[in-house]
Amino acid sequence: MKLLALASMALMTATVIPAMAQVSDEKVKIGILNDQSGVYADFGGKWSYEAALMAVEDYGGTVLDKTVEVITADHQNKPDIASNIARQWYDTEQVDAIMELTTSSVALAVQGISKEKKKINMVTGAATTELTGAQCSPYGFHWAYDTHALAVGTGGALVEQGGDTWFFLTADYAFGYSLEEQTGNFAKSKGGEILGAVRHPLATTDFSSFLLQAQASGANVIGLANAGLDTANAIKQAAEFGIVAGGQRLAALLFTLAEVHGLGLEAAQGLTLTEGFYWDRDDESREFSRRYYERTNRMPNMIQAGTYSAVTQYLKAIDKAGTDETEAVAKELHEMPVNDLFARDATVGANGRLLNDMYLMEVKAPADSEEPWDYYNVLATIPGEEAYIKPSESGCSLVSQ
Amino acid sequence: MTMIFGIPIQAFLGQLLVGLINGSFYAMLSLGLAIIFGLLRVINFAHGAQYMLGAFVGYLLLAHLGIGYWPALILVPLLVGLSGMVIEKVALSRLYNVDPLYGLLFTFGLALVLEGAFRYFYGVSGQSYMPPPQLSGGTNLGFMFLPNYRGWVVVASLIICIGTWLLIEKTKLGAYLRAATENPTLVQAFGVNVPLLLTLTYGIGSALAGLAGIMAAPVYQVSPLMGSNLIIVVFAVVVVGGMGSILGAIVTGYMLGLAEGLTKVFYPEASNIVIFVIMAIVLLVRPAGLFGKDA
Repeated sequence: MKLLALASMALMTATVIPAMAQVSDEKVKIGILNDQSGVYADFGGKWSYEAALMAVEDYGGTVLDKTVEVITADHQNKPDIASNIARQWYDTEQVDAIMELTTSSVALAVQGISKEKKKINMVTGAATTELTGAQCSPYGFHWAYDTHALAVGTGGALVEQGGDTWFFLTADYAFGYSLEEQTGNFAKSKGGEILGAVRHPLATTDFSSFLLQAQASGANVIGLANAGLDTANAIKQAAEFGIVAGGQRLAALLFTLAEVHGLGLEAAQGLTLTEGFYWDRDDESREFSRRYYERTNRMPNMIQAGTYSAVTQYLKAIDKAGTDETEAVAKELHEMPVNDLFARDATVGANGRLLNDMYLMEVKAPADSEEPWDYYNVLATIPGEEAYIKPSESGCSLVSQ
Repeated sequence: MTMIFGIPIQAFLGQLLVGLINGSFYAMLSLGLAIIFGLLRVINFAHGAQYMLGAFVGYLLLAHLGIGYWPALILVPLLVGLSGMVIEKVALSRLYNVDPLYGLLFTFGLALVLEGAFRYFYGVSGQSYMPPPQLSGGTNLGFMFLPNYRGWVVVASLIICIGTWLLIEKTKLGAYLRAATENPTLVQAFGVNVPLLLTLTYGIGSALAGLAGIMAAPVYQVSPLMGSNLIIVVFAVVVVGGMGSILGAIVTGYMLGLAEGLTKVFYPEASNIVIFVIMAIVLLVRPAGLFGKDA
C-alpha cells in the first residue's frame, strides 16, 4: 500500500514539475465565447472581444515571454452550440481559458465542461449566482456582476423609495428565474409583497399582453427580470400603455449602458439601474473608455470593462505562478486582490466570486446630458461585501465552513 | 366580477384586442409573402429583412432628413418597393427557370446580408422611433388602456389588407397578374409585358413589408433583429392559410394573432410555440392549408 502511494506521488510530481516551468504549447490562448448576433450582441458581443484584445495589448502582448492569443466565437445563446465550441477549443485548439460567456444557461454548461477538463473559465456576461453557488468550480470565476448584486442594488433602491408590491416579467430561463427569485426574496425581507409573475420566452417582440397583466395586478413596481433587447422593448411598450404615467414604476433589473444608448434618453430617463462600472467614474476609467471609444465608437459597459479586467487578471496570475498550468493559475486568481480600472482592491471568494463594488445609477434626462454617452448620475456605491452573497453562504461546496 | 375561463372578462377582452393588434402585423406581412409566392412561386425569405428595412428607412429619414412619420408612410413603401424591383430585375428574374430552391437560397442570403449590414452599423440594441404626436397617448376603453397608435395600426392594416385584396381580385391589373401566373406564354402572346408584371408584383410585396416595417417602428425597438424575430411566425401564418392564398393569409394572420394573445394569458411560456402547434395540426388535417386551393 505504501509503495502504491509512493508510486502515485512520484507520478504526480512527474506530471506537475515540467508544467511548473513552462507555458503549454508555447502560447497562451484565451477564447471569448458569447452572443454576437442575437439579443445580447450589444450587451457583450464583439465589443467584449475588442476589450479582451485591448487587455492583451496593454499587457504587452506576451506573458512569460510567450505570445498571448485571443480568439472568439458566437454561441447564439444556445448551450449546445456553446458546449461544442468549448470542447473543440479545449480539445483541438489548445485554448487555455474561456471567458465572457453571456447568457446564464450557456455559462453553466461551459463551466461544467471547463471543470471536467480542468480549464479556467471566467464569466463576465452571465448573471446567475449558481455559477458560484451549487454549480461552482475550482477553476471557475465570476466577474463583474450577478443577480444578487442586481437585486440588492436596483431592488433595494426601489423598496427604499416605497415599492412594496411587486410583479415580475421574467425571461423564461435560468437567468430570469434567478433574478426574479433573488429580487423577490430581497423585497420580501424588507417587508414587500410579490403579487405575481409572468414568464416570457427569450427574444419576445411584443410585451403588451404581459404588460397588461402587470398593469392589472396593481403592483407598484414591475420588475423586469430580463435583459438586452427584451428589456428595451418592454420599457418602450410600458410607456405606450401608460404604465409609468399610471403610477407604477419599472425596475429594469439588468440594464446597461449599451441598452440605454439603444433606447435613447427620452425613453430611458429616470430609470434606476445597477452596474459594476461607469466609464465616467474617475480618470482611470475615462482614460480607458476614451481609448476603447476610438476603436469601437462606443463606451464600455460593465460586461466589456469586466472582460478587460478578467483578461488582465488572468495574465497577471500566469506571470505570478510562472506557468499557465490550471491549478497554479487558479490558486493565484483566488489569492490575488484585483486592482485595475474596473475593480479597486476587490478580493475573490473561495467560490470564485469577485467581490467588486457596484454602483446604483439613475439615467439622466436628455437636457442634463452634456455629451454623447453622458447617461448616468451615480446615486450610491454598494460595497462588494454587501452586493454579493457571502462565499460561506453561497452553497458552494469548495468553501470550507 | 364576471369571469370567463377563470380570468376576469376585462383581462380577456384586453388580450383579445392585443392579439388583434399583433394579428394586424402578421396579416400585413403574410399578405406580401402570399402575393409573391402566389404569383412568382418564390418563397421570399428576405421578407423579414425588408420589414426591418422599412423601419430603418423610416428612422433614417427622420434622423437625417427630418422627414416625419406621415410622409414616411408613403415614402418608405415606395423606397423599399423600388429596391425590391431592382433586386427582382437584377437577380431574382434569372432564377425563375431553375429549381425554386435557388430563389429561396438567394432571398435567404439577401436577408442575412441586410441584417448583418445593419447590425454592423447600428448594433442589435437598435434605435428608438417615437409615435407621431397626433397618435401618442391612449384611450381608456373601460376594460383596457388602448394606446392610440395601436388602434391606428388595426384600422390601417384592415384598410391595407382589404385594398390589396381588391386590387388583386377585382381590378384589371389584378386580372393580368393572375392570368400571367396561370399561363405566362399565352398572356405574353396577347401583348402583355409579363416580366414587367412580375417585377411589379415583387415590388408590391416588398412595399407591403416596408409599410409594415414603418408602422411597427413606433411600437417595437427599431433593431436589425426585428425581422428575423417575426418572419418565422409569418411563414407559419402563410402555411396555415394555404401557400399563395391572399385571403387565407389575411384571415389566418388575424386568427393566429388572437390565438397567440390568448395563450399569453393561459400559459405564457408556450406563446411562441402555439402558432407552430396549430401549423402542425393544420398540415396533418388539411395539407394545403385552411384556404389552399388544392385541398
